[in-house]
Amino acid sequence: MSRITGAFRGADGPLFIGYTVAGDPDPEESVRIAETVLDAGADILELGVPFSDPVADGPVIQRAGIRALAAGTTPPGVFGMVREIRKHSEKPIVLLTYYNPVYRRGLDRFSREAAAAGVDGILAVDLPLEEADRARECARKHDLDQILLAAPTTGDQRLSRIVNAASGFLYLVSRTGVTGTREDLPPDLRRLIGRVKARGSVPVAVGFGISQPDHVRACTAAGADAVIVGSGIVGLVERHLADPAAMHEVIHAYIRRMKGALGDKKE
Amino acid sequence: MPETLMEALIRLDAGFTRAMADQEFHTGLRDLLTHYAGRPTPLTFCPNLSERLALRVYLKREDLLHGGAHKLNNTLGQVLLARSMGKTRIIAETGAGQHGVATAIAGARLGLPVEVYMGEVDIRRQALNVSRMELLGARVIPVASGTRTLKDAVNEALRDWVDRVEDTFYVLGSIVGPHPYPLMVRTFQSVIGEEARRQILEREGRLPDAIVACVGGGSNAIGIFHRFLEDEVRLIGVEAGGEGLETGKHGASLCAGSPGVLHGALSYLLQDEHGQVSDTHSIAAGLDYPGVGPELAHLRETGRVEAVSVTDRAAREAFGLLARTEGIVPAMESSHAIARLVEMAGELDRDSVVVVNLSGRGDKDVEAPGGTP
Repeated sequence: MSRITGAFRGADGPLFIGYTVAGDPDPEESVRIAETVLDAGADILELGVPFSDPVADGPVIQRAGIRALAAGTTPPGVFGMVREIRKHSEKPIVLLTYYNPVYRRGLDRFSREAAAAGVDGILAVDLPLEEADRARECARKHDLDQILLAAPTTGDQRLSRIVNAASGFLYLVSRTGVTGTREDLPPDLRRLIGRVKARGSVPVAVGFGISQPDHVRACTAAGADAVIVGSGIVGLVERHLADPAAMHEVIHAYIRRMKGALGDKKE
Repeated sequence: MPETLMEALIRLDAGFTRAMADQEFHTGLRDLLTHYAGRPTPLTFCPNLSERLALRVYLKREDLLHGGAHKLNNTLGQVLLARSMGKTRIIAETGAGQHGVATAIAGARLGLPVEVYMGEVDIRRQALNVSRMELLGARVIPVASGTRTLKDAVNEALRDWVDRVEDTFYVLGSIVGPHPYPLMVRTFQSVIGEEARRQILEREGRLPDAIVACVGGGSNAIGIFHRFLEDEVRLIGVEAGGEGLETGKHGASLCAGSPGVLHGALSYLLQDEHGQVSDTHSIAAGLDYPGVGPELAHLRETGRVEAVSVTDRAAREAFGLLARTEGIVPAMESSHAIARLVEMAGELDRDSVVVVNLSGRGDKDVEAPGGTP
């Protein structure tokens, strides 16, 4: 059983997945931020590999990627950060990446190096199901989960294929649009989660636009097995660039608050 | 491509396939191309340039197409398709502004609102086209992210589409992006080569020795090449050499790129060793793009298409040369093809027939030939 599957099976309630951009604002600080996210109670860490052309991301994560790239972040650098984080935590780590850095390094090599560093799963956000077969083979070969995305626009047939192909968890995009914080969650979230659940048993993690405790409550009420919070955390990094001590404090408090909204879960 | 767009692309593919099988669609498009856009465009023999270069030079005059560039062939097709698919809003990206203008024209004519993403750098260096788009009723949205040029305009258009995928049709301007765009754009642009082949046979009684076209994403190149693929005709794609390939400041992905995935396609890409897309440079905003159409990359790999590059400086000289010798002001993009033609003078036998795709007119480049980014 993979670390990710273990985390879902061992939980007595929905999980909290925290996302940060590897290398933002610089490699060392970014490792400390990831540790803060995990220490504050995130059950799974999602680490974004910065990319020059992040078409699925809104301004907050775009800017984080620019900071990370300016600080010299590369895939081998990200693997190094994972190794650092692994010294402090045994919780699952998922790499969220665009496909070109993976393709450029070589799918097999990227997967092997990621696994060796301590990564548990890989999600290539712009690699559609149709092109994901080889990635799945490589993931399997290196004992990595292949996390796939489903969206509200995903039709029934396609959704069945995605649910069947996904391992670890399914990343359910809550709404159309790019990443970023929003005021409200879409009203039909329950139906959307239901469509996924009707097709298989892979845990459903809901992401995109979840930044407030109310959103977390709405997701779990709608049946989510996990919530993913990205721009909310990355935005706090950006706002406190000048004062890292305060940054860690605010991120810690934010995650406690968000996680608290998941319900009465044991820590 | 992000999953949110996948069903939309599948539906677009189906819609395009349906349209291609629909006689009414073809009749409607042909009518627009003939009576509105001004097709067929002339194939112009250039006596003065021919004399000077000791070649027989013809220009395929896409600069005379309504809007001033080949782009309208594609936008009329795509906007017609958008209408037939029930979409109510059009978005597009633009570099030099020609595709933005052509989309604005098609939107105005076919009654759909148009929003165009354009990099801030390009807005500055192609101001005339910004005014034209606005006059045509389109909204121009400045893009401040990344290098603030064409690549980033595509990124921003994709982000918009992800957000409003249900009601929005993304009119992509080149043979790049995810399927079915490269196929669809090639199909709509192939009219250039269809006409050129017929016209040169009428004029010379034989096929040309070579066809030369500039390559950014590659839509005008594939448009004129496609009909000649099975013929014994050299097909030459001219990329943006910028300040020289050795300086790294260029846009020559076929000549100097490596395989990579950008904007939903696997093709040649200017990138670093870690797969980050490189900043590009060209005097011509329409060639300032780090990728190239996957089909051109394939044709380059099989050797069917030759890829070369010419520098900003050579393009600027060719811009003036064509204006003075033939009274035709070419777009700075097309000037790259003219520049290559000039180089070929010494390489080809006298009286070799060469067709250059004059993909657009250069009014937009007159104020700042070379741009002042």
